[in-house]
Amino acid sequence: MTPPPEFRVDPDVDLHVPADRAELTAHPAAVLGAIAAGGVLGALARAGIQSAFPHSPTGFPWATFGINLAGCLLIGVLMAVIGARPVPPLVRPFLGVGVLGGFTTFSAYAVDAQRAVTAGAAGTALAYLAATLVGALVAVWVGDAAAARLLARRAAR
Amino acid sequence: MTVLLIALGAALGAPLRYLTDRAVQARHDSPFPWGTLTVNVAGSLLLGAVTAIPAAPAVTALLGTGFCGALTTWSTLSYETLRLTREGARFHAVANALASVVAGLGAAALGYALAHALTG
Repeated sequence: MTPPPEFRVDPDVDLHVPADRAELTAHPAAVLGAIAAGGVLGALARAGIQSAFPHSPTGFPWATFGINLAGCLLIGVLMAVIGARPVPPLVRPFLGVGVLGGFTTFSAYAVDAQRAVTAGAAGTALAYLAATLVGALVAVWVGDAAAARLLARRAAR
Repeated sequence: MTVLLIALGAALGAPLRYLTDRAVQARHDSPFPWGTLTVNVAGSLLLGAVTAIPAAPAVTALLGTGFCGALTTWSTLSYETLRLTREGARFHAVANALASVVAGLGAAALGYALAHALTG
């Protein structure tokens, strides 16, 4: 029998999970340092992609759209792996909170849509808002389901 | 130089998301992810204000791309929505997704309007 998966809603920090509750007081410098280092890597990767694929105020922000969907797919994979097997304690702070949190961005999503509306491209803004929302939810579900299935198949062997 | 400013902003923004999330959860013991909503709305408000001001590229890199980008997150938001759906909290899941989008867009517009009004 495998133990039931823990009820974790928030991948950044969930105070219902005992390990998350204790981690900051036990190792504050290591946890915050890992998050900061991961955040820098994620943000630089995002900035690189965004500057390679710029968009006009009325154009569809493909770079940010792709970044957010890719990050959602990867958090699904990461959390499935973390839920299925023991991993070192800094893996979630570094990769989940830091790298993927720093890579994906909600503020650019909201501001890109707001600027498109201001520039007179309300249709593009609406399409971008809806496509990112639906795409992000499908991506996290696909990442989680695919990784969980692969891990279960490997464990059954 | 731009790379360093983005890195500095992100090195502050990502830990601040974690600390804000902890602080909000410690005060609201609810299945609704108020912590992530807080950082996403606050980051959208600030980035809206930054884009309204004719700022130097250095400020945009530090505050916009680095700080706001790392403070806010789509990966956490989507995973939370998935988990709420899985746990049968459908209302919370739908409310989380829709409230984030509506509040984020409203915050971006408000930040833009406020900064525009203040700076003329």
